[in-house]
Amino acid sequence: MNELVGKPVDRVDGRLKVTGTANYSAEYYPKNVAYGVIVESTIAKGRIKNIDITTAGKAPGVINIMTYKNSMNLHFPQSSDPGGGKYAEKDLLPLQNDRIFYGGQAIAVVIAETFEQAEQAAMLVTADYEKDKPVFDLEKNVEKAYKPVAGLGGSQIQMTRGNTEAALQNASVKLEETYTTPVYHHNAMEPHATTAEWNGDQLMIYDATQSVMGSKNLMAAMLGVEPEKVRLVALFIGGGFGSKGFSWPNTVLTAMAAKLVNRPVKLVLKRQQMFTNAGRRTQTIQKISLGTDNTGKLNAIKHATTSESSFVDEFVEPAGVATAMLYSCANADINHSLVRLNKGTPCPTRAPGEAPGTYAIEAAMDELAYKLNMDPIQLRLVNYNEKDEQKNQQFSSKNLKECYQRGADAIGWAQRNPKPGSIREGNYLVGYGMATATYPANRSASTAKAVLFPDGHAEILCGTQDIGTGTYTIMTQVAADALGLPIEKVKVKLGDSSYPKGANSGGSQVSASVGPAIRAAALGAKSKLVKMAIADAGSPLHGQKEETIIADNGQLHLINQPDKGETYSAILNRHGLDKIEVLATTNVSTRQQQEANPAAKTGAEAQAAQESKSNPAVQEDEHTDRKPYSFHSFGAQFVKLRVDAQLGTVHIDKIVSVMDVGKVMNLKTAKNQIMGGAIFGIGMALMEETAYDPNDGRVVTRDLAQYLVPVHADMPEFDIQFIDKPDTIISPIGARGIGEIGITGITAAIVNAIYHATGKRVRNLPVTPDKLL
Amino acid sequence: MEPFKFIRAQDNNNAIAAAAVADAKFIAGGTNIIDLMKLNIEKPHQVVDINALKLDKIETLSNGTIRIGALVKNSDLAYHPNISKNYPVLSEALLSGASAQLRNMASVGGNLLQRTRCPYFYDTSYPCNKREPGSGCSAINGYNRNNAVLGTSDKCIATHPSDMCVAMAALGAIIHVQGAKGMRSIPFADFHLLPGKTPSIETTLKHGELITAVDIPVMSFAVKSHYLKVRDRASYEFALASAAVVLDVQGGRIQHARVALGGVGTKPWRSTVAEKVLTGALNNEQTYRTAAEAALSAAKPYTHNAFKIELAKRTLVRALTTVGGMS
Amino acid sequence: MDDLQNQDEKSSGRGSTRREFLTQITVAGAGLSFAPLIVNTETKVPGSQLSVIQPVNVTMVVNGTKQTLTVDSRVTLLDALRDKLMMPGTKKGCDHGQCGACTVLVNGRRINSCLTFAAMCEGDEITTIEGLAHGDGLHPMQAAFVKHDAFQCGYCTPGQICSAVGLVKEGHAKTDTEIRELMSGNICRCGAYQNILEAIKEVQAVKLI
Repeated sequence: MNELVGKPVDRVDGRLKVTGTANYSAEYYPKNVAYGVIVESTIAKGRIKNIDITTAGKAPGVINIMTYKNSMNLHFPQSSDPGGGKYAEKDLLPLQNDRIFYGGQAIAVVIAETFEQAEQAAMLVTADYEKDKPVFDLEKNVEKAYKPVAGLGGSQIQMTRGNTEAALQNASVKLEETYTTPVYHHNAMEPHATTAEWNGDQLMIYDATQSVMGSKNLMAAMLGVEPEKVRLVALFIGGGFGSKGFSWPNTVLTAMAAKLVNRPVKLVLKRQQMFTNAGRRTQTIQKISLGTDNTGKLNAIKHATTSESSFVDEFVEPAGVATAMLYSCANADINHSLVRLNKGTPCPTRAPGEAPGTYAIEAAMDELAYKLNMDPIQLRLVNYNEKDEQKNQQFSSKNLKECYQRGADAIGWAQRNPKPGSIREGNYLVGYGMATATYPANRSASTAKAVLFPDGHAEILCGTQDIGTGTYTIMTQVAADALGLPIEKVKVKLGDSSYPKGANSGGSQVSASVGPAIRAAALGAKSKLVKMAIADAGSPLHGQKEETIIADNGQLHLINQPDKGETYSAILNRHGLDKIEVLATTNVSTRQQQEANPAAKTGAEAQAAQESKSNPAVQEDEHTDRKPYSFHSFGAQFVKLRVDAQLGTVHIDKIVSVMDVGKVMNLKTAKNQIMGGAIFGIGMALMEETAYDPNDGRVVTRDLAQYLVPVHADMPEFDIQFIDKPDTIISPIGARGIGEIGITGITAAIVNAIYHATGKRVRNLPVTPDKLL
Repeated sequence: MEPFKFIRAQDNNNAIAAAAVADAKFIAGGTNIIDLMKLNIEKPHQVVDINALKLDKIETLSNGTIRIGALVKNSDLAYHPNISKNYPVLSEALLSGASAQLRNMASVGGNLLQRTRCPYFYDTSYPCNKREPGSGCSAINGYNRNNAVLGTSDKCIATHPSDMCVAMAALGAIIHVQGAKGMRSIPFADFHLLPGKTPSIETTLKHGELITAVDIPVMSFAVKSHYLKVRDRASYEFALASAAVVLDVQGGRIQHARVALGGVGTKPWRSTVAEKVLTGALNNEQTYRTAAEAALSAAKPYTHNAFKIELAKRTLVRALTTVGGMS
Repeated sequence: MDDLQNQDEKSSGRGSTRREFLTQITVAGAGLSFAPLIVNTETKVPGSQLSVIQPVNVTMVVNGTKQTLTVDSRVTLLDALRDKLMMPGTKKGCDHGQCGACTVLVNGRRINSCLTFAAMCEGDEITTIEGLAHGDGLHPMQAAFVKHDAFQCGYCTPGQICSAVGLVKEGHAKTDTEIRELMSGNICRCGAYQNILEAIKEVQAVKLI
């Protein structure tokens, strides 16, 4: 049979996206819909003395203005687990009181007949504040830092092994440097958008979210309604990168506003508001200490990160965690400190932790290599590990050496003159740099439903979502293979909380989590069909053994007798069935801790658990012993760039990314993911930075003219390669996620190449022209 | 955005009459004014659409002057053969600004009136003397990486953002305007104002006056000219520093020179001091450096933008080197 | 027809309709209906010198269909397309001309519809992503975008495609560097630029448009 998995199949939703018919969350038009606009605080700390809505309330078209005085009471959600839905500001439910904890905090929502009217009235809302002195500068407040107990979902962030201080003292060669990264904002192209409509006590909500299930659960909990009365849909999401992983005030505010005016309400964040109300990547100050013997063998690694959180929730950017497992080293000290600031709550941003963390550790490794007079690749090979020494577990699959080799060959590493500042071409200095990429391979429990119809087509239903990564397409490939159907006969439906619970789109986990569930459901459906045929006297396959029957192109037939068989349609029609349905749950998690409060399984979930007990695909998957293993993807990033020697501008000529991410499900979408990650890394390295006013601590660079993301003219040539060896331990489909690994290592590779080009080591990102003058 | 009356003007007189009321504004491309209206920075209550006016031609007058209608789109001007061949500095400046879409919209007249991108001007929750006279300047002691180092005052340090204007300053363009009292012409150097004590008054254009055309006087040596723009990303961004340079080199000496800087001044910054250094001097790097030092000699750095002084010098040296090396 | 269901059918061109949408939670009136074009033109605007909302009549040809609208003068072409004509294919990414997601063709030229008042489009011919293809087939640029995987989330895609069509017509981009520069007004945060370049080059090479 012709397998679809692994093929560079065109996106199944491509036609919708290129014709403008893929609808995003602001693109539904309930009858009588009103428009909401959020009004923000213009101070960073204090309380509202008086909020004046008189003028705004009289503006044309205004239906109502919601403030803390007239908004409905919300309930604090219980779940702090991203799997169950995480509200971004645990201690600050919106519009519940007069307290202000950061600039840009929502203080009112104007609801009007049209967008223009709502916008105008929002500008007429004024507030008097009792101002307090905000704390907003991380560097000036490091003495206020504390050590958080755990990271997101209870993950481990304070880790030691051996005696790092003693080892550092005894090291022959030592490197101690501090690397900083600024605040970054995700800036997905689609602003956060919600359309909400109540029908009695039932709520229909279209929401730009990376977690339809989590967002639904949160809305139910916060609004105090039964979860089954809320339906949340996100068929298409215009990018997330972490910013739509947690639920931000805009979603619940839309539902509250709709309740207040008793009409459907649509509320879209302005781009400016996405800099205050929708998360960010924190600033980091990362102190790296490395100690080696004379051969470059590491005997001490210390990675101390100070980052920021808000006063209303705790989020740790786990920048050091990759350092704990990246190299062989007997002594390690990985720690994270937090300072609370009067800024909105930070949240995961593409490769949270690993993106800034691999910048620091991999830039430090480059510095160390020069200090040791070693080739940077050689230094990494000397310290290569085959197991995760922090967890004392072997890697499920690791082919990093091959990544280094292929990357080096593709960029021409061996041919370069390694001396910094040695390659000049006209006005430019040319540099080569490399770094290691890594990201954990995550997997969590997922449920999917497979449905076969008498007309020979199938549907897959799963409450996960496609934020642009290609999930619709890849899952269609997985299901088509498992069902023995051509791709056009399989329809994968995602992005709807009424479907069985799938994984949230975070931590690069969707393919590895949802794929096995869909595969198991599809195999289960096929098996049901086979059993029916065997038991049916009217079938040409009557009385045959199950293992002698294969499914191909919508037909069952004997393996060695292709003409003996029948179509799926024939079987369903003969049995008078309008469908065959199978639910499957693959209850496998690679996370350190299970979900804190797994909800009692009811309804479809209970049924799925029951059905899964007799599903061989589920049983085989769940019985794989994963305890001895540590699950990570790896890769090598290589960069060739030019620096204008006088003007300090940097142009990247070429990026080579060689990735070891398990099985590549679809080469086309996979390459796109890795390139996208690398481009995010270009932004981090060279231009992105959110600036705050030094006097009042509010965001200054709050639009896309001032917060610079890479444009087409910044692009290098890309060479994206994959090792493509299935990781059979993480799951039967062999894939580890690829959404985040592309951004890891690349930033370090760029700054390492800048050093090679110029001899200048910039340790504070981004490397803008002023830093190279 | 506040409500406004929208009027489609049919001819110049019609437009001028409609714009006579106190809070009226013309709209042509809309790329800057709509942006500012959305943020409640511009609040006209009468908007006069002048796109139907016959001001969209590029003509060469009998004396060789190029007359550019005020409604000519930035892209049409940039790609006009006479401009791209004989005045590359102007073509390059236009093409380095904004994006292809915005250049298809933005008019030449509107570009002359482009307003600053100072973040505090753009955020109505901060004091800004340019937006609200007397409220104070948030940039002087605030985040000012992108602010000006030349022509600043204690009231305002906002950078003039236009690229086109920098080239036009170098070329000595002449701006034609028409008002209720008739027509007048304004030399480019007299059009934009330094912020001084009144940063909200940015040009010498009077209320209700309509820009009708811009003349580029004959400058045969402008065929050797160049606009260089340095920024944090490769495109679609305002300048950190830019330089417009025109050089007439004969026998190893610079006979004529035109120099203007962008990204560093509170208005398009024609540097006559640099031109003075260059004129009559040997066409070599030493001359370029001396000119660059002169051009920035009056620069004043603020907390985050001191680098612009050195960057502008280097940008100018590079632009001079490029033009000085043209055969 | 219910929107979601409608979209579902469009997205599949096959398969069952999503009846469960209506059976699970019935949402009254999620149907396609026209929002009010102009509301309450007589209302006083407090604190402003001009006290009434100003309606403007405008007639434009959108994707070949003549449309006559009466709109609040403040309505941009982008919002007129999305919220008045219910054509959400054109996207709002920044609303300030800084991302290109709203790019449409006006009289054949690519522009940012977020920085154009609808009222300025009197007599103009507007082509949006919904109007590029003729009949059931895809426009060559749309087909090339699918083939080269020139997008991920799809949100910037309509703007990219309209911009690319405009770029090819303008005829100023001959090299990769020129295409990249002249496509820099369209930000793709997912980072599909390389594939966008390949798609444009393919269309340019075979002179399909």
